[in-house]
Amino acid sequence: MGLEFYTSRLADAVNWARKYSLFQYPFVTACCGMEFMALWGPKYDVARFGAEFPRFSPRQADLLVVVGTITERQGPVLRRVYEQMCEPKWTMAFGVCASTGGFYQNYSTMPGADQCIPIDVYIPGCPPRPEQVLDGLIMLQNKIQEGRGFVQLREKREHDALIAPGKLKVIT
Amino acid sequence: MSVRALERAKETLGDAVTGSHSYRGDETIVVDATRIVEVLSKLRSEVELDFLVDVTCTDYLGREPRFEMVYHLRSMAHGDRLRVKAPLEDPIDGTNPNIDTIVPLWVGANWLEREVYDLYGINFVGHPDLRRILMYEQFKGHPLRKDYPKEKRQPLVRREINEY
Repeated sequence: MGLEFYTSRLADAVNWARKYSLFQYPFVTACCGMEFMALWGPKYDVARFGAEFPRFSPRQADLLVVVGTITERQGPVLRRVYEQMCEPKWTMAFGVCASTGGFYQNYSTMPGADQCIPIDVYIPGCPPRPEQVLDGLIMLQNKIQEGRGFVQLREKREHDALIAPGKLKVIT
Repeated sequence: MSVRALERAKETLGDAVTGSHSYRGDETIVVDATRIVEVLSKLRSEVELDFLVDVTCTDYLGREPRFEMVYHLRSMAHGDRLRVKAPLEDPIDGTNPNIDTIVPLWVGANWLEREVYDLYGINFVGHPDLRRILMYEQFKGHPLRKDYPKEKRQPLVRREINEY
């Protein structure tokens, strides 16, 4: 025990706070948006998980929800929206179109939003039931708590590389 | 129901009409593609088919002539419709087939013809602004042609696997 004990406990506490205050940026492009609205309504009430607050600016959001089909032409836009978000940030592919392209196998549709941005949680369904989305949200919260999101893993990699033996001089 | 439009079109246009058929209220005339502006302006002024519903195209790969331009017209006064088809040869040298634009007749044809150009590669001679409308500028080829590969993607952006 020592300094590591306190920093790891601190990371746990911070991750606990993060997972219950997910500010969403809904990137709604298609019919899944209807089901996404149902999720916000009082019946399914995503507010119970602290993720009910949409920010219509990516700079203030930390969960990018890709709702609906992404076409090749939208790829640069989605990429730009993702890059504008402050870290740490997470992403969720809502529905099969955002996950794999779904039944659109043609010249115009991107086969999954993960072709241009990293995706943390994939939710299947056309469109998914709100229960499935809540399940995906809980999976994402577990991921955040354990530090397994794409951005968190990258931060950890960079941190580990920084404190690797020989990299950092310890002054005693 | 709209035999009126078909009959009047045939007597107005004369030898520009190369064929016609009528099936369960779907009236179609096939016309000479080189005289399409003359044909449509006559249909508009004399047969009173004054509303351009749609401009589209069909690719019959392996058939001669390969392409067929399709114009859907409707009469606001009489409420009947007529479909005008114009077969287009695919040039042997690989360039796009040409047909005259109808934007001077209906301004609304502007975007419809851009869409046909984008997806089928029909060149509309005299069009004021013939650019792609649905696909992006960098896109190569015309995706609704039957010889466009079904699985072919032309991505604008892809992420590196180890980027994040």
